[in-house]
Amino acid sequence: MKRILRTPLGLSAAVLLLAVLVLAVIAPLVWTDQANAVDTAQISRGSTAEHWMGTDNLGRDVFLRVLVATGLSVRLALLATAIGVLAGLVLGAVPVVLGRRAGRVVTAVVNIAVAFPALLLALFFAVVIGPGTTGSLLAIGFATAPGFARLVQTLVAKVAGLDYVAAARVAGAGRIRLLVRHILPNVAEPLVINATMAAGAALLAFAGLSFLGLGVQPPEYDWGRLLGEGLQGIYLRPAAAIAPGVAVVVAGLAFHLFGEALSKGFTRHTAPVKLRRTEAASAVPTDDDAVLVVEDLRVAFPGVTPVRGVSFTVGQGEAVGIVGESGSGKSLTALAVARLIEHPGQVDAQRLTFQGRDLRNGDDRVHRRLLGTSLAMVFQDPMTSLNPAMRIGRQLAEVAEQHQGASRKQAWQRAVDRLRAVRIPDPERRARQYPHEFSGGMRQRAMIGMGLMGKPALIIADEPTTALDVTVQRQVLRLLRTIRAADGAALLLISHDITVVSQVCDRVLVMYAGRVVEDLPADELHTAARHPYTRALLAAVPDMTTDRDLPLAVIPGRPVDAAQVPTGCAYAPRCPLATERCVTAHPPLETDNGRRVACWHADVPVQVGDRGE
Amino acid sequence: MTAAISRTHWDSPWLGFAVRRAGRLLVSLWVLITAAFLMIHVIPGDPVRAALGPSASVQLVEARRAALGLNDPLWLQYLNYLGDLLTLDMRSSMVSGLPVAQVIGDRLPATLELAGYAAALAFAVAIPLGAGMAVLTRGGRRRPAELGFTATSAVLAVVPEFLLAVGLIYVFGVRLAWLPVAGRDGFDSYILPVLALMIAPGAVLARIMRVEMLAVFEADHVRTARAKRLPQWLITLRHVLPNALTATVTVGGLLLGALVAGTVLVENVFAWPGLGSTIVQSILAKDYPVVQGVVLVYGLGVLLINLAVDVLLAVLDPRSTIRES
Amino acid sequence: MSLSRWVIVVSELTFEDVTVRFGTRGHATTAADGVHLTVPHGSIVGLVGESGSGKSTLARAAVGLVPVSGGRILLDGQPIDHRARRLQMVFQDPHSALDPRMTIGESIAEALPRRARDRRDRVAALLDLVGLPAECARQYPAQLSGGQRQRVGLARALAGEPDVIIADEITSALDVSIQGTVLNLVRDLQRRMRLSMLFISHNLAVVRYVSDFIAVMYHGRIVEHGPADQVLADPQDPYTRELLAAAADPAGQLDLGETSDTTPAHR
Repeated sequence: MKRILRTPLGLSAAVLLLAVLVLAVIAPLVWTDQANAVDTAQISRGSTAEHWMGTDNLGRDVFLRVLVATGLSVRLALLATAIGVLAGLVLGAVPVVLGRRAGRVVTAVVNIAVAFPALLLALFFAVVIGPGTTGSLLAIGFATAPGFARLVQTLVAKVAGLDYVAAARVAGAGRIRLLVRHILPNVAEPLVINATMAAGAALLAFAGLSFLGLGVQPPEYDWGRLLGEGLQGIYLRPAAAIAPGVAVVVAGLAFHLFGEALSKGFTRHTAPVKLRRTEAASAVPTDDDAVLVVEDLRVAFPGVTPVRGVSFTVGQGEAVGIVGESGSGKSLTALAVARLIEHPGQVDAQRLTFQGRDLRNGDDRVHRRLLGTSLAMVFQDPMTSLNPAMRIGRQLAEVAEQHQGASRKQAWQRAVDRLRAVRIPDPERRARQYPHEFSGGMRQRAMIGMGLMGKPALIIADEPTTALDVTVQRQVLRLLRTIRAADGAALLLISHDITVVSQVCDRVLVMYAGRVVEDLPADELHTAARHPYTRALLAAVPDMTTDRDLPLAVIPGRPVDAAQVPTGCAYAPRCPLATERCVTAHPPLETDNGRRVACWHADVPVQVGDRGE
Repeated sequence: MTAAISRTHWDSPWLGFAVRRAGRLLVSLWVLITAAFLMIHVIPGDPVRAALGPSASVQLVEARRAALGLNDPLWLQYLNYLGDLLTLDMRSSMVSGLPVAQVIGDRLPATLELAGYAAALAFAVAIPLGAGMAVLTRGGRRRPAELGFTATSAVLAVVPEFLLAVGLIYVFGVRLAWLPVAGRDGFDSYILPVLALMIAPGAVLARIMRVEMLAVFEADHVRTARAKRLPQWLITLRHVLPNALTATVTVGGLLLGALVAGTVLVENVFAWPGLGSTIVQSILAKDYPVVQGVVLVYGLGVLLINLAVDVLLAVLDPRSTIRES
Repeated sequence: MSLSRWVIVVSELTFEDVTVRFGTRGHATTAADGVHLTVPHGSIVGLVGESGSGKSTLARAAVGLVPVSGGRILLDGQPIDHRARRLQMVFQDPHSALDPRMTIGESIAEALPRRARDRRDRVAALLDLVGLPAECARQYPAQLSGGQRQRVGLARALAGEPDVIIADEITSALDVSIQGTVLNLVRDLQRRMRLSMLFISHNLAVVRYVSDFIAVMYHGRIVEHGPADQVLADPQDPYTRELLAAAADPAGQLDLGETSDTTPAHR
């Protein structure tokens, strides 16, 4: 609640709503008699000093009547919402309690009812129950119910499918307990938000029905009725129509905006942290033939700097792997190198050259052509990484159309040819299909095929096999290998799986908390790793040769939060070798015989820790 | 999830979709008709007496009851009602004596025109506006423009059509006296009713379009498109817009239904000679046969809109409903 | 391996010709197809297979979350009464397996037998058992790390004093540096408490590390099962061999030729 009140929108909405509610209580108590006072001397006057909104056809003060009407208008709206919410809750929650068959019938009824607009339902019920205050109250309540029931059903279904509900079932909780203890509390937030907005809508609907003469009947009056009366004389006394209209809009907005503020308040934000500059990282041995040279790369988002000075090169045809846990900055490094970080992300580097061309500045169009044809990207999730509404063939073909000036037909043929190259069976037919008609492995191969539309000098693959099964993973990795052998393309492979990286790549970069902590040849990984993190990582992951009689080595603690990186070595809190120096001073990445390591205690033997956190 | 096996047969999912969708339409239609039929029977008191007023003679009421078939057993009345509906016979008005079908025939075009223009204008303005705002403000760019748009559209989306109508009348009819405020007579007379009807749904639609576009801009496949180094306009038009449209159409259908219902209020403000003013007059006059007929027409309109949206979605989105079971 | 060669002791979980189908009529998919499997008392059976092979369905069927279309699931030869809660389950996703609005203590206490007294002490003891401080009981899931939440998941499963625990991919959502702690805990608990456990994972190396027996599932069927050493050393089924090869050498140095890719995707 405090969070909501702290935003300007939340605060003004809350104040507005409070004012409306207070007025609804007080106005009828204080001004009812004055508002009903007939003054035959003042019939149908415009704005005067005495009646600044004028008077109606019985000489009653319009402004006071609008104020007093707040009570009935708001009360009716809240009552109707309560009816609707209650009915909606019952209809929406019943499927859980009654079980599948009865639930299905209720769902079907709700589905049909929800297809009709609430106003139409309200009109229907108003006819059936008869015009008047009670009639329209029930009518609007019932008209609100189907929409609410649908909402409850959707929310309940979503929560009911979650593991903790399954866990409670397995633990022996009954249906009622599931509903009351686990499901309803977890859908309460969106329900409260929607109920608040529904109250606003009910207020407006009431005004509508009363305006039509179907709602509140004389001598009672709410805003809708005042508006209807005022409209008849709008040419002579516009204030009589405008005043209740403004009141309705303000009150409706108060409810609606408060609901919106609630929904914004409930989505949490992480606290921003100040940006901190760090010293420049050590220079990298540069290689003018290199496909990619990266020096002191930083990626910053408002409040966090997940990549903090990364330097490396990728030589012609070389395969370089980047390993690290989630949050190590490995994927952002790949995206930054490929210039795919979007606003508000900031990429900053001492040097960033691809194929000898500086990517940091220069003609955007030239860069597009270069990157579009020589840099291939493969992403983690092949399902979401392809456009679901476009045929696979078209998605490949547009690369050739855009960068190689191919005609539509030529581009299509090239696409089919590339699909064949990545061993998609029956590529002519497959090219005409949509992504959802492909299996996961085939999608990933199509993705690789897309990169092969040009002539890639570098393939950046970001966790290309994480979403795939082990047997399919092999096919994809093998395909990457074949392509490298055939085209001489270099590979930058990002993965959390140190085994995969060590087998596919020539060289491995180990990242931790946004920095490279070690850089060494892949075949030395198991024998000559020097950074304690690299060594712990290797020991912690069971492979097919791990001794089953010994406990696994573990890394105590948890990965660093990118928003709260410590001053010294980021790994120090988890490192068995850490000393005072590690905590206070960040170790530079020292180059030694082509290998690099950032540790004050590199090479010191590590005692394998047990059971951490 | 289950792979390409069932999808190689192209015609069967479409057939299944058509059968399922037609089934749902029929069930909804039956519910609608039955509700309209029962309406007259659940009303407290005698509808004929209510319509003719307390001064009417017992004989007259009895004769009218007999003429309307209200003395038959309920099931027979129901069957007769269904049978008559097939021949578009919807009885006669208790007030004017005109056949209900004729009343509807007279009034429907005005309502259709109003709703049609308003819907077309709402979509024509909202989709480009929402898409444009998304392009301009994505990734937290141009904060002031974003705030201006979200605040304005939020307010407009909340103001109900009849209030907007009153406001428009006051500004353009009363203060400026530029436009006529009542009746249906010439191009001028359309402007205010159409605006009153389209602004709120248009604002909602523009908001949704913007949010959907922003969501798609963040999607993985748009990152892929950027990795292909396509120019920004092509990414937006080819990869973002179509995927955002499908979601917008879904909501657009619901809004369209609400817009059709909104004609009831707007017609009453502008004295528009359509079904909306007819139904309110008939409810107040307790002219139930007319009410029944108009309710049917409105309900049918909403059902047809829903059907059109589902078909449109099935065509737009290769993964949509038709492929699911 | 035939079932008869396995040692039969008390409290064992048996799947007898279990079939699970989803959907209706024309659209039915068979997730598990005539599965025979036994989890002997006091041992861990590792069930390995790729996504969509039916492993999780089998787990959910055992604890009654999914109805069985054919065959029987028996505990010590008797059909399972799910109200008796003799089977408990630990779930994959540490983020969704705990009710965000309940404290850790409440979540665990809910799974305690109804007759249990001194509930607070029992919760503290269970937390201690899985290596978490007693203060955890007052915390909410959002305050814990993924690895800690999986420990809570194990504590909750143990709270019901089950005869068999089913662990469904409990390490696959964890960071590599955390996985080991959970695997060590599983082994440790099993040794100390002689638990029976069905341990499900797509990762053969992980399954190998914790299991006494290994069963391989492929397209809804158990294609191979037996003592872990035997399955690993002398795989009989071609799919098992492929899995073993892929696990030993994920990048595929050997060229087995292009296999037809019929594996459905993750989503």
